Amino acid sequence: MRDLSYDAVIARKNEIMKRAVGIDYEKYMIGELVFDYEKMMQEVGYSLEKVREIQQETGVGNTTLVELKQINRLIKKIAPKGKGARIFIKDEATNPSGSYKDRRASVSVYHAQKHGYKGVIAATSGNYGAAVASQAAKRGLKCIIAQECYDSRWIGQPEILEKARSCEAYGAEVVQLTVGPELFYYTLVLLEETGFFNASLYTPYAIAGVETLGYEIAIQTKEMTGKYPDAVVITHAGGGILTGTARGLKKAGAVDTQIIGASVNLKGLHMASDNDFNKKYFTTGHTGFGIPFATFPDRSDVPKNAARALRYMDRYLLVSQGEVFYVTEMLAQLEGMQRGPAGNTSLAAAFALALEMDDDKVIVVNETEYTGAGKLPSAQLTFARKMGMEIKRGDPIKEDLPGKRIVIPEHPSQIGYIEFNMEDIRKSYVKEVMKRYKKTKFTKDEVSFMAEDTNTTEDKIKEYIKELGGELIEA
Amino acid sequence: MIAKKGDWVQIQKTLLKPEERTAPLPEDTKKVPLQMRVKGFLINETAQIGDEVEIETLIGRRVSGKLVSINPKYDHDFGEPVPELITIGIELRKILEGDSDA
Repeated sequence: MRDLSYDAVIARKNEIMKRAVGIDYEKYMIGELVFDYEKMMQEVGYSLEKVREIQQETGVGNTTLVELKQINRLIKKIAPKGKGARIFIKDEATNPSGSYKDRRASVSVYHAQKHGYKGVIAATSGNYGAAVASQAAKRGLKCIIAQECYDSRWIGQPEILEKARSCEAYGAEVVQLTVGPELFYYTLVLLEETGFFNASLYTPYAIAGVETLGYEIAIQTKEMTGKYPDAVVITHAGGGILTGTARGLKKAGAVDTQIIGASVNLKGLHMASDNDFNKKYFTTGHTGFGIPFATFPDRSDVPKNAARALRYMDRYLLVSQGEVFYVTEMLAQLEGMQRGPAGNTSLAAAFALALEMDDDKVIVVNETEYTGAGKLPSAQLTFARKMGMEIKRGDPIKEDLPGKRIVIPEHPSQIGYIEFNMEDIRKSYVKEVMKRYKKTKFTKDEVSFMAEDTNTTEDKIKEYIKELGGELIEA
Repeated sequence: MIAKKGDWVQIQKTLLKPEERTAPLPEDTKKVPLQMRVKGFLINETAQIGDEVEIETLIGRRVSGKLVSINPKYDHDFGEPVPELITIGIELRKILEGDSDA
């Protein structure tokens, strides 16, 4: 009988993963830190044309780009003279399972089917579960979704309970766990037991699936406005949607578009804490994933993460839970689009940006998602109140306090953002590398890789290494 | 209430006891077990809440654990009307209509 203790299963991780994703990561590794990212993406992923074909087979993608005309009128009304950029939103909620995650699941499930796997497994508490379940249904594969769903008192996060319902509606088995990073451990147990394919969020298949999103945005924006977007604002968590969208934009030729990440600020809440689990009312798109995954992408379930946000991110903006609830109401009431919460994190940031950008600029928010029971602001705020949160109207920038107080703006002009310094994130990346690989000495190749991986200069990386007490090996 | 063979039920199982949780964890999480809930069709002839049972899941996998619910209901909902939210639409429309004091 297999030893199912935590340590024994984790020790079998590499062999389980190799069989379950079928990628030989060793081929791309140059050292423990350095690897050939572009080669991995080219050889393992599928071409943009092939991905479009795969997605067409299951009705994924080709969603509408919508100009938010009423919201844009509102922005012009309250912005200083000459300011007030136009916002467009990519209505990804119209994908089969209701979010852009169908793109991310489509290639993995296609690949699993092509290689004769009987089923797919994904560890996810978000829309990705429904997407994998829906794609698996379309391709006749079995599906298991493993979620982190409850605290130790069996109080479930409403949004995650809704995702479970959705997965079951597509015929998937849903395994619901209590709080803890051991979701990964148990996913390994399930992969080993079933021999199913690991539809990881972080393989080149997953990211190749998202590239069509960036590609469509570039083409549609040009058709509608005569130019590529000046900025695309992207809700950031694990880094996959940002990486894929940015790569797709570049492939379409939109090389000057600014890539702006946005996350809900949940500073102070510990992601693996049983007590903190139900003190947050966003289950993704928040700093609890956004910062760790940006600064150390290889914390994911695969040896080398294909989602590497710092390669593409030009700015990183934080918004509060209250602001996102407010723009969710705004989108429903002014545009007749009941969506969210996920894409509305970037919409909140986009609104604040639009107020300060020139009125001839174009901002694209790259996703919406389906909403309903468990996901609506009313569902989340009712739950928040039950968990003892204070909810009030006020100034979100000044009064927001994650885990204690949710502040809904009193006026749209109060929608703002907190800018996260990109230099600090890049320095944290170097710090994480030093910690994770127990490294203090860096070769020229390693410096060059880190510069590429964080989209900065080698001189900057050298500076960070020295500031953090490391050394350079001149060879 | 008694569940019969073939009924749609939910079971619960402890995957790791607190002392078996050797992953790096915050103190509060370390004190509690890692538990799982999963749904499926009851394989036992009959069972009561709290019994150790076996189920077959939607994809045909067999799992055993303690019976916690018979015909489990989805109980997440749309929430209650939230006073802090319900006036937002009216306020925004006023601004659009030109009443800038709104």
